[in-house]
Amino acid sequence: MLVVENLQTRFYTRAGMVKAVDGVSFTLGRGETLAIVGESGCGKSVTALSLMRLVADPPGRIVGGSVRLEGTELLALDEAAMRRVRGKLVSMIFQEPMTSLNPVMTIGRQIGESLVLHEGLSRRAALARSVGLLQLVGIPEPAQRAREYPHQLSGGMRQRTMIAMALACRPRVLIADEPTSALDVTIQAQILELIGRLQRELGTAMIMITHDLGVVAETAERVIVMYAGRKVEEAAVGELFARPLHPYTRGLMNSIPRRAAVRLQEIPGMVPALSNLPPGCAFAPRCPQASAKCRAMEIPYEEKQPGHWAACLYA
Amino acid sequence: MQATIDFVRRYPLGAIGAAIMGLFVLTAIFAGTIAPFDPTATDAPASLARPGSVHLLGADFMGRDVFSRIVHGARISLAVGLCATALGCLIGVAIGLASGYLGGGFDLLVQRLIDILQSLPLLVMALVMAASLGPSLANTIVAIAIPLVPNVARIIRSNTLALREMPFVEAARAVGMSEVRIALRHVLPNTLAPLIVLATAQVGSAILVESALSFLGLGIPEPHPSWGRMLSESAAEYVRTAPWLVIYPGIAISLVVFGTNLLGDAVRDALDPRQRR
Repeated sequence: MLVVENLQTRFYTRAGMVKAVDGVSFTLGRGETLAIVGESGCGKSVTALSLMRLVADPPGRIVGGSVRLEGTELLALDEAAMRRVRGKLVSMIFQEPMTSLNPVMTIGRQIGESLVLHEGLSRRAALARSVGLLQLVGIPEPAQRAREYPHQLSGGMRQRTMIAMALACRPRVLIADEPTSALDVTIQAQILELIGRLQRELGTAMIMITHDLGVVAETAERVIVMYAGRKVEEAAVGELFARPLHPYTRGLMNSIPRRAAVRLQEIPGMVPALSNLPPGCAFAPRCPQASAKCRAMEIPYEEKQPGHWAACLYA
Repeated sequence: MQATIDFVRRYPLGAIGAAIMGLFVLTAIFAGTIAPFDPTATDAPASLARPGSVHLLGADFMGRDVFSRIVHGARISLAVGLCATALGCLIGVAIGLASGYLGGGFDLLVQRLIDILQSLPLLVMALVMAASLGPSLANTIVAIAIPLVPNVARIIRSNTLALREMPFVEAARAVGMSEVRIALRHVLPNTLAPLIVLATAQVGSAILVESALSFLGLGIPEPHPSWGRMLSESAAEYVRTAPWLVIYPGIAISLVVFGTNLLGDAVRDALDPRQRR
């Protein structure tokens, strides 16, 4: 349903050109959940923004590739047509529930806005629908809450509100950019459960952007691991956790805390500056297995096992 | 009702300011009923009459009742203060919002123009404007409104700059809103708190500038009773022989400006989120 091919997004800064997203491709089927995992700055959020064509220009620009939603090339649409896609066909849940809501507008009206915009509802009808949506996302006393302002709601309730906003027009694709990172651990599980349930009920496909492999394991069917703007590994969730092929993926898994007594295995070094990537494998400087060959040649992204792809010479 | 009581309790000075302003507004509205005399009617025998039972605050050299003129002068002051502030804010908000939201070359150009305007004090700007427009009520309002624009535009612009980077603006884009709609429905309402604070304070300075302009003969023309004009007519010649001609309009001006400042401070504190309970 959603086909992304060779997506390339670049930022032109004073320090030089940065390939924030470099040749990312994937497909997403109806109702499917795909997770994109990686450290901060690996390009996962820029990938999400590129799909919505929300990368600020300047300094960013999508320079190549294709994003097709049910056959429509989104990258070729004009701005007005793209606005009709955003919120209607593809919508997004943001990381920061504290600041992603307008502080001077009641939450009922904020949820209703996309209904007014995309379905031509009157304000009053939109407000009535948003009360229903608040109920759907599990907010008690929805009619009362719809008249309240964001500061009167807790973080978890605000994130529920964001979900209600994103799902108001029953989009085909929901992009969730770190939807639980800013929340308490106890609330995280509730929110993930809620997103999963609504996704099943509405048949929405989802792209879950996260750095948390726990979230991946709970929500996704397939996983893409990104590093320095590129895909380094891709597999079904069970397969990836059972047989991580790329050393970076293994590093990520080793850095999940399991038992208090065992020292956490961190990945040595830092994410390289995207403006100054080493030739060859971008992960080589931090990789325990890297050889001279890794630093010299372009690493092919290959299907190592059926349905399991990786970009590593030693996988 | 409860909100009013809370306001009085938390900001007693602000409440005094509000009371002064309330009295001022009521005086302006009911000027015709309150004033015992026609403010423009001359009465030769009463020329320079002392304050007393007939002429409460005395009469000027043409025998016009000072109390009645002050009461009617409230209308002029209020009209000029409110209209000039409203006009100045309207233009300032439009410029500031466009400048901050669009950014780039437009922003640069507008900000440099505002730098030039702001390098002149409010009164000097208003003087230049009034002198070139000529004395009339409408021209006085414009002459006072234009110099207010830079302050308003600056504040709205700086708020807009911060607001346009807020995640909720991005979120509005993500539901498919157009930039114009985002600017008007999401950014603009968030700049209103500082605007209200600024506007409240500006009403006072607008009234003060109107008095100053009229004092210098550039503001409200005769026969309208303007407080500033009343001062200027009498100050030079009669300040020794008939001081009431100078004292009472002076008190009226001071009181109203004082009232707007007290109210403005309280409004600023009340709308400051850091001081909210």
